[in-house]
Amino acid sequence: MGRLKLFLPLLVFIPLAILLIRALDLDPSELPSALLDKPMPGFELPSLQEPERMLRREDLVGEKMLVNVWATWCPSCMVEHPWLVKLARDYGVKIVGLNYKDERQAALGWLQRYENPFALSVYDVDGKLGLDMGVYGAPETFVVDSAGIIRFKHVGVIDDKVWQEVLQPVLQEID
Amino acid sequence: MSIPLRNAFRLLFLGLLLAIQPAGAVIETYEFDTELQRQRYQDFIEELRCPKCQNQNLAGSNSPISADLRRELHRLLLEGKSDTEIIDYMVSRYGEFVLYRPPLNKHTLALWIVPAGLLMLGAIAVILLLRRRTHIDTAADDENLHQQAEQVLARYQREEEK
Repeated sequence: MGRLKLFLPLLVFIPLAILLIRALDLDPSELPSALLDKPMPGFELPSLQEPERMLRREDLVGEKMLVNVWATWCPSCMVEHPWLVKLARDYGVKIVGLNYKDERQAALGWLQRYENPFALSVYDVDGKLGLDMGVYGAPETFVVDSAGIIRFKHVGVIDDKVWQEVLQPVLQEID
Repeated sequence: MSIPLRNAFRLLFLGLLLAIQPAGAVIETYEFDTELQRQRYQDFIEELRCPKCQNQNLAGSNSPISADLRRELHRLLLEGKSDTEIIDYMVSRYGEFVLYRPPLNKHTLALWIVPAGLLMLGAIAVILLLRRRTHIDTAADDENLHQQAEQVLARYQREEEK
């Protein structure tokens, strides 16, 4: 018994080490979406291209799509933009743009310069829809199914790795 | 020090003083209908966590999302929403992450139980250690007493033999 007690610190250490090593791989800035498996919230916001045209949830929903939150003030959006263009053009993915707390002219200029991958662009100047969707930064990308249910949320840039390992499998799985 | 130089130093000092901004100051000023609303607003921005930052409350964060949430909070308060309604509003959008006081459920069970469990374990360890020590002490005392008694007895015996 006396000898065995010497191993007590080791017994405490090993589980603690396992716990901490596992925590190294976690990204604390990635929050799970509170809206997972919930319908995308309703809204009524102008189109980015046509200020008089009001867009509603019903205008978007119908087939599965990505809803990409972006803004011209967001440097990572610049990084991700060529990827969105590629997804829309080469892979035929429907992407809806949610222009988040941005200036209309700057956003239009950006889309003209770097090509427009969005089937529709919602202009959310106050971040109202963003708030309802639990957006806390840009870029964020939601995967929404044909019934308008949010099935997945990716925080951060979309690149080759994210597309192949995360978004494509999710898109294939849902209808 | 010459007088112009001293004045220059004073100006510099004054400039530095003015440059100091209290950390975590929130810039907006909101109007409230009642003092209670203001108090509840203060309590909420202390208790709600900024979703963008890892460890700042709404009161201490100047990120755009915190400003939005403070604005929404102000709107909800003026609309006369209850505390539960406001918390539901925040949690349904940003998850329980936004609560600095997490509710007790199956995901947060460990969070609530582990500290109390560790405290109990520590208490048990201390009690065991203390009990063993007093045990050893009394045993040692007994031994001591025994020896002393033997010595006294031996002395008596020696004196009687004389």
